[in-house]
Amino acid sequence: MADWKDEVEEIVFDGKICVPYSWTVGSTLSKWYGIMRDDAEIWANRCPSCEMVFVPPRKKCIYCYEDMNEWVKLPGTGILETYTVVEHPEPGVYPRETPFIYGIIKMDGADTGLVHFIEGVEPDKVKSGIEVEAVMSKEREGNLMDIECFRPVD
Amino acid sequence: MDRVAVIGVGQTKYEKGKRETFSELVYEVVTKALEDAGITIEDVDNIVSVSSDFWDGRTISSMAIQDAAGAFGKDITTVEGDGTFGALYGAMRLLSGNFGVGIVVAHHKGTESSMSGITNTSFDPLVERRLGLDAVTSAALQARRYMDRWGILEEQIAPVSVKNHGNAKRNPLAMLPMDITVEDVMNSPMMSTPLKKLDCSAPTDGACALILAAPHEAKQLSTHKKRVWLNGVGHCSDAFHMGDRDLSDTRALKKAAEAAYVMAGLEPSDIDVAEVYDAFTYMELMWLEGLGFCDDGMGAEYLERGVFDADGELPVNPSGGRLSANPVQVAGLACMAECVLQLRGEAGEHQVEEARTALAHGINGMCGQSHCVWIMGK
Repeated sequence: MADWKDEVEEIVFDGKICVPYSWTVGSTLSKWYGIMRDDAEIWANRCPSCEMVFVPPRKKCIYCYEDMNEWVKLPGTGILETYTVVEHPEPGVYPRETPFIYGIIKMDGADTGLVHFIEGVEPDKVKSGIEVEAVMSKEREGNLMDIECFRPVD
Repeated sequence: MDRVAVIGVGQTKYEKGKRETFSELVYEVVTKALEDAGITIEDVDNIVSVSSDFWDGRTISSMAIQDAAGAFGKDITTVEGDGTFGALYGAMRLLSGNFGVGIVVAHHKGTESSMSGITNTSFDPLVERRLGLDAVTSAALQARRYMDRWGILEEQIAPVSVKNHGNAKRNPLAMLPMDITVEDVMNSPMMSTPLKKLDCSAPTDGACALILAAPHEAKQLSTHKKRVWLNGVGHCSDAFHMGDRDLSDTRALKKAAEAAYVMAGLEPSDIDVAEVYDAFTYMELMWLEGLGFCDDGMGAEYLERGVFDADGELPVNPSGGRLSANPVQVAGLACMAECVLQLRGEAGEHQVEEARTALAHGINGMCGQSHCVWIMGK
């Protein structure tokens, strides 16, 4: 630790950077969120070359670098590939009170996973491999929170 | 192919709440590295700085430390990522033939801001960021997937923490030397299952500098005793979105490691000591598997057998690793500096016997999205 503090009274400046942004969501995700908002449906898109189905949809396949123009509707169900029960609170960062659960859901009809909240299951009962389904928000604004959470299929 | 040498290293002590400014940290390590190399700033013709604007709380954070890095009147360029990638850029500049001697310097202060808030901003603002994901919770998703896939228990990843905090007791630069047991790790507060506080690295402040030299300059300016050659390097990136990856898969690291071994003409069994990116306990095991030191899923078993202990077959993180000090952007460069000290036989109490070939590893991005692997030797 610095020894200069024995001779000099230290001054500390507190700061906070608050800068507004208006990020365009772009053609592909705007379409995805638009469908989610208006129709309460989760769609994906397929690579014409390797046929991998991506959700969220992509402009180009990450493997083939091909344009992805074919859209497919997903049933909204999937398998919980992994999860974590968040116990340590981070106010201002985590939008849920702890404990809450994040999961990666390998979506039926797609080859990739969606990260989201898992609800409707006790934290000590959640486990990988369970079947879950999307719960769509009643008030939808065209963002990822139009999916309220995923919950176990009864 | 021509090789680049490391001819000098400088590190601060890694601590929380350092009372030096960013520039003061950079002055300290660049001065130490120049002294270590036995050269002056006049001998240096270019600088690569490594920092993160969000962590520093200012844009073009590299420009603010350029005087401290000795870059006034010279060429300076920046890598925003792990220090191993800064070294990669620095070495490439020397191999281009345009430069002879370069400084690669990384600085980081983890304790002046919010790790959760800053790492949250690395997630896509168009998709996952609003979920509130951060470094710990995303790592926890990876840990669960890795442990489920291979049937590994929390008690089996905890010994990484015991080993590395124990190793730190022999490294005066480490922040968290600790005598702990598996029970201590298991009983430490739960952060995000399955990761407990002692499974996670802690915010750390510090800086590290390497002096790199092209072959001709290395031989001219340095002696055999000090010189350590960068014999192999490999780097590879996986998908950005976590859902695009099987988080238990180390495909990007395997590619990076393979390229490094091929360039060095070596195999995993030739490595005498390794410093790998153990920001979380489970990561050390995953990365050791990806680096080819054991089969996938076997890391915990090798660890239990003592293979990765300081006096084991392959000492891993004898410095105490990132679990004992994790100055984020600096971390991989510190791995390289530690390997240099090991190869020179100057690692003091944590010196590994007969260390002739060392491996340093760094990652960029959440859950090890990209990897850089260095193989170094005398």
